[in-house]
Amino acid sequence: MSEDITKLEKIASQVRRDIVRMVHACQSGHPGGSLGCTEFFVALYFSAMDRKPGFDIDGIGEDIFFLSNGHISPVFYSTLSRAGYFDASELATFRKINSRLQGHPTTHEGLPGIRVASGSLGQGLSVAIGAARAKKLNNDNHLVYALMGDGEQQEGQVWEAAMYAPYNKIDNLIATIDYNGQQIDGATEDVLSLGNLRAKWEAFGWDVLEMNGNVMSEVLAGLTDAKSRTGKGKPVLILMKTEMGNGVDFMMGSHKWHGVAPNDEQLALALAQLEETLGDY
Amino acid sequence: MKKYTYTDKKDTRSGFGAGLLEAGQKNQNVVALCADLVGSLKMNDFIKEFPERFFQIGIAEANMMGIAAGLTIGGKIPYTGTFANFSTGRVYDQVRQSIAYSGKNVKICASHAGLTLGEDGATHQILEDIGLMKMLPGMTVINPCDYNQTKAATIAIADYEGPVYLRFGRPVVPIFTDPNQKFEIGKAWMVNEGKDVSIFATGHLVWEAIQAGEQLAELGIDAEIINIHTIKPLDEAAILKSVAKTRCVVTAEEHNRLGGLGDSVAQVLAKNNPTPQEYVAVNDSFGESGKPADLMKKYGLDAANIVSAVQRVIKRKQ
Repeated sequence: MSEDITKLEKIASQVRRDIVRMVHACQSGHPGGSLGCTEFFVALYFSAMDRKPGFDIDGIGEDIFFLSNGHISPVFYSTLSRAGYFDASELATFRKINSRLQGHPTTHEGLPGIRVASGSLGQGLSVAIGAARAKKLNNDNHLVYALMGDGEQQEGQVWEAAMYAPYNKIDNLIATIDYNGQQIDGATEDVLSLGNLRAKWEAFGWDVLEMNGNVMSEVLAGLTDAKSRTGKGKPVLILMKTEMGNGVDFMMGSHKWHGVAPNDEQLALALAQLEETLGDY
Repeated sequence: MKKYTYTDKKDTRSGFGAGLLEAGQKNQNVVALCADLVGSLKMNDFIKEFPERFFQIGIAEANMMGIAAGLTIGGKIPYTGTFANFSTGRVYDQVRQSIAYSGKNVKICASHAGLTLGEDGATHQILEDIGLMKMLPGMTVINPCDYNQTKAATIAIADYEGPVYLRFGRPVVPIFTDPNQKFEIGKAWMVNEGKDVSIFATGHLVWEAIQAGEQLAELGIDAEIINIHTIKPLDEAAILKSVAKTRCVVTAEEHNRLGGLGDSVAQVLAKNNPTPQEYVAVNDSFGESGKPADLMKKYGLDAANIVSAVQRVIKRKQ
């Protein structure tokens, strides 16, 4: 197990390098939330999910994942490429013209690993519920995962979906909230307080657990726990505590790096903190 | 003028209900969703036969569009059912991102479109939906004219891969098209061949155009009437062939004159063959409560208005 964790941590370090390099190269994008969710993405794609080789959009016979807060596309793209969906060299095209790596993820350019466009917030959980229903209709005993932001909880559609899933016993679904307490304009507490998120999701009928999203062993344990709760009549929600900008000291603990790219000097400072493990693209 | 008669009147939404059942019988991947309007959308027969393939979403149209998009991932062909207003304007961003931009095979089925919704008034009478939906890249937009055509269209869209907006209405209207018609997306239907004017009509206005054609014949005007049931993709060849002969056009639709069928036709004409055109459409206003026939008259959408539009446009002919 500890060997596995070391291996996953090495992948996470490379993904973080990819994130800051991608955002630096095009001088735009969202490094903060991407860095905060790195352990989650790596644990999901390299450990928790039962994935088929290759990619087909229907994803029958495998676990599938939906990113609702599409602006953290850097961590999604890096993880997908490092997991083999496409060559890591393509990360260099992020947010540039004629790229499959659009600012926010899309199926439109045919990038393997993406099953729906996201970016306009609040929509991903509904899509995940639909995909979970399709799995049940197809007698496909695999899971659907979704990730949302915490600021995204301010969108009304999230709560339409939150109400629907427990009543309809969508119990092959694990949704996660990236609970970093930050959004573009500041702390969620200052912009529009989310109140007691755990109590709200529990009141809607979800099986809620909490985990620290920036410690690999805890993410693995949390995902294992979440999986063990599926198939029991309730959808599962993980409240994942993370730190925006995690892994790069000067990007941590503030909303300022939500959507800002590092300059050359800041890139060098960041990369000095992140070991190159799999080879830069 | 070719004679059209009818023995029965039904609502086009019942054509949708019958078509949905048949589409479900033909293809097990067809599933249906509804946002608390099962009776209004006539979905009960489908639900009775395929309870496990029907999803009651509740009054949450945004969630319904997202769930429909998700159901396509796994090979399902979802038909969503709610009023036209709640199928388009209310959920425009969900339809845009999760369905249209994502290229999802969702059939957005929209009842109670336009003024003929009647007494509920302008909050529910959307007159902008054709424009909203036709502007989405990749979206097919269909507005059939009677029960039989709506049923045929509902069945046909299951065999087409891609997002579709299917628009129909509330009131009972004459059934005058072939019950065994083969519905071809994007292929206009020649209702009556004529030489003096082209009337391009969609939805409930097709029957009004036929009534107008009969009145025009008595006035010595030989009207060509074409049913444009598919507004996108538009049958440009049929339009251009007709105007090459008639050299003037009236478009007729239960929609705002901005952004509807009339504008789509005008764009084809401006590019290929500039031709005088008159619009029979709502003049950039909201609707109001009232009986459907009274509203159609007040807002200028009945046969008499088509006749006067034809008389105006013929005077403008070069």
